[in-house]
Amino acid sequence: MLAFIIRRLLQSFFVIMAVGLLAFTLFRFVGDPVNQLVGQDTSVEDRERLRTALGLNDAVPVQFVRYMWRAVQLDFGLSYQFKQPVMQLIAERFPATFELALVALFLALAIGIPMGVYTGLYRDSWLSKTFLATSLVGISLPTFFIGILLIFVFAVQLKMLPSFGRGQVVDLGFWNTGFLSRSGWLAVIMPAITLGLFQMTLIMRLVRAEMMEILRMDFIKFARARGLKNRAVHFGHALKNTMVPVITITGLQFGSIIAFAIITETVFQWPGMGLLFLRGVQTVDIPIMAAYLMLIGVLFVIINLIVDLLYFAVDPRIRSAAKATG
Amino acid sequence: MRGFAKAFAGAVLAAGLVLGSGAQANNFRMGFQGNLNTLDPYTINETFTVAFLGNVYEGLTRRAPNLDIIPGLAERWEILEGARLWRFHLRRGVTFAGGEPFTADDVLFSAARVRGETSDLRARIPNGAEFVKVDDFTVDVRLPAPNPILISDWDTWLIMSKTWAERNSATEAVSSRATQPGFSTLNANGTGPFVVQSHQPGVRTVLAPNPRWWNDANKQHNLTQVTFTPILNDATRVAALLSGEVDWIDPVPVQDMDRVNANPTTQVLAGPETRTIYLGFDQRRDTLLAPAEIPPAPAGAAARTSTNPFKDVRVRRALYQAIDVNLIVQRVMRGQARASALMIDPNLFARHGAEFQRFPLDVAAAERLLDEAGYPRIAAFRNNSRFSVGMDCPNDRYVNDAAICQAVIAMLARVGVHITPIIQPRAQYFAKILAGGGYNTNFYLLGWTPGTNDSHNVLLQLHGCRDDRGSGGVGVANVGGYCSQAVDALTTRILSEANPVVRDGLIRDAFVISQNQDVSHIPLHQQALAWGVNRRVTMAQRPDNVFMFYHVMMR
Repeated sequence: MLAFIIRRLLQSFFVIMAVGLLAFTLFRFVGDPVNQLVGQDTSVEDRERLRTALGLNDAVPVQFVRYMWRAVQLDFGLSYQFKQPVMQLIAERFPATFELALVALFLALAIGIPMGVYTGLYRDSWLSKTFLATSLVGISLPTFFIGILLIFVFAVQLKMLPSFGRGQVVDLGFWNTGFLSRSGWLAVIMPAITLGLFQMTLIMRLVRAEMMEILRMDFIKFARARGLKNRAVHFGHALKNTMVPVITITGLQFGSIIAFAIITETVFQWPGMGLLFLRGVQTVDIPIMAAYLMLIGVLFVIINLIVDLLYFAVDPRIRSAAKATG
Repeated sequence: MRGFAKAFAGAVLAAGLVLGSGAQANNFRMGFQGNLNTLDPYTINETFTVAFLGNVYEGLTRRAPNLDIIPGLAERWEILEGARLWRFHLRRGVTFAGGEPFTADDVLFSAARVRGETSDLRARIPNGAEFVKVDDFTVDVRLPAPNPILISDWDTWLIMSKTWAERNSATEAVSSRATQPGFSTLNANGTGPFVVQSHQPGVRTVLAPNPRWWNDANKQHNLTQVTFTPILNDATRVAALLSGEVDWIDPVPVQDMDRVNANPTTQVLAGPETRTIYLGFDQRRDTLLAPAEIPPAPAGAAARTSTNPFKDVRVRRALYQAIDVNLIVQRVMRGQARASALMIDPNLFARHGAEFQRFPLDVAAAERLLDEAGYPRIAAFRNNSRFSVGMDCPNDRYVNDAAICQAVIAMLARVGVHITPIIQPRAQYFAKILAGGGYNTNFYLLGWTPGTNDSHNVLLQLHGCRDDRGSGGVGVANVGGYCSQAVDALTTRILSEANPVVRDGLIRDAFVISQNQDVSHIPLHQQALAWGVNRRVTMAQRPDNVFMFYHVMMR
């Protein structure tokens, strides 16, 4: 078990190096940060001095090694635009993204799983067909469009929900949360739906397919033959056996919800990491872009690790196999 | 856990206070497309940042809504010795928000700081100027050469407190190349009408009125708070205004203007902006860059003057006359722009007028000029075209920039000039076409606002002869490399000519040469400022897009 975790952490080191290298190769094509940092009248000499001071005149491998050497010491440098340490900026923005992703994922699971079970059990009912039809919308409409649509209906027309921002945020010192105020909860509803809609659809379809598959299997027939109640068969045996793929997908999706909340955060001006990253791209703020990409790399590695550990908890077969080998 | 409970209680209390005072408060909520990245007024010479900070800090001068220069921290000034010596009499009894009294020392300190190595606003003070403290409330500025427009951009040279800066190790501007965070990036201490209550860069900035402001007794605003939020997405920004969650947005996309006006509680406040949008040509290289293709002249064609067609004034003028600027203004800009005959907003130049008219749209004349220049249509070349060049264009910098380029491309196709569009986001665009990229363009669209609100800046930076690198602080943005010794000589004289009538005459002469004779650029239009505002707010809109909150009243 411990060896497994250590092996995974070692792997993650190489993932980070690869992400860093890829990011640095990309940065040569994102534009010139200097033009975003000075006024239009600033002389060429001053611009050149700035470029040299930022190390942009060095060869790319030199820049890469220097950056990685500092990154190993957890020094990601100063944002070009904000003149603040990048880690501090990301740390300030992380709670916003994390809470948004958490609510989005909760919505996706809380709605997606029951809908999946229902549509799996009652394939031909009109309600199932309605669920499936609506879920097509979730899969096919682009995120920003859903976001704008929600804003237009609930903020502009009905004036029920705020169109942007995070509402009243309470600072706990190490974490700032929107979960402790009414306006914070109101503000998270629309972004969470926008972000979670696709995942909800995905989970629902996955659960449905798995349920249909498993209900055909022999052990379900035996369970029914034993005279177990429908409830116990469906939830105790069938649903439990659908969980391994659902956990895998959910885990990976949680990573991508955090990593790719960029569009949702932009549409709702949600002050999270994604918005920070997008601004970074627009203004060629290389320290922010690099740190963000590496952080996302780490995040995926960690989530994968957790997912693997969860398998142990859920599936007794893996547990016994692990015991046998390790 | 105790710490947690305490923090929580404190935060709830603070929230309660904010909400409680919000009931009868006039909280002016702003939604802007860009960030406020720094509170240091010398880090970047960019209109929005410096203008916003002008509500917290103040300059020696101010500008009225009609852009007249009026006294600020200097009560009055004298111009002596033929504009070689300027004497400033400072306002007495002014204190900074932190309580430090304002004296001549602060002016001298700010002058040194703004001219420092790390400042981006060094050009605010001419080279060789000497600041002398006469007494606590009198400062002399001695200049090596006469300079009648010394104070033209001093409304945005903001004065900082010497004691405050020294106490907080902020005596040098936080530069763009800083490797350590600076105190003045997140903290401000000015003499202005507002103080910074909280500032989270990229998220939210809150200002409160400064009860110690020297002009508080005559203040014209009734705000109790200003909340600034950057809202990046156009649709979200408009939605926030329509739903009443913000009171002011900038900009309103042109396609949303009708919607904002149709909404009973909101309106668009539009006015001309001093930014001129123009097209420029490469007049420096002998051979154009890829993807340009200049087919050899067929037999019987007129002789060419150069291998670069843009070196021939007839070609430049032909392109000018082939472009229907009114169509661009009406269709692409939906009327939210004003066609321009000059490279400067006519409001900023007294002698604009009949002498400066746009060359008329005349497709036949354009075709004739191109034939005369030795570029006839060639049936086998790109569907009967004359030559082909690439055109660089941003797509996120100016109002409908990419759409303007597409319209221009279609119009030039009518006269047989084939254009390959190279349309990019601003980060890549500026990296390519400015000095850093070696002015890597043959034909481009750009916009310019003279920071000094004066023609000299336009003549120096857009028309001044430059070398390949653009060094020497002249012609930094003269991307096409236009060069005229006569214009340069006039530009030098304009800087030091103290008599305004003579000076305007010199500016006129310079523009006659560059615009009417040489067709150095194709000015297109001044785009309109488009603010979306809630109808319960009244404010003054300045054409230079500097927004002073002390001109805001809320009902």
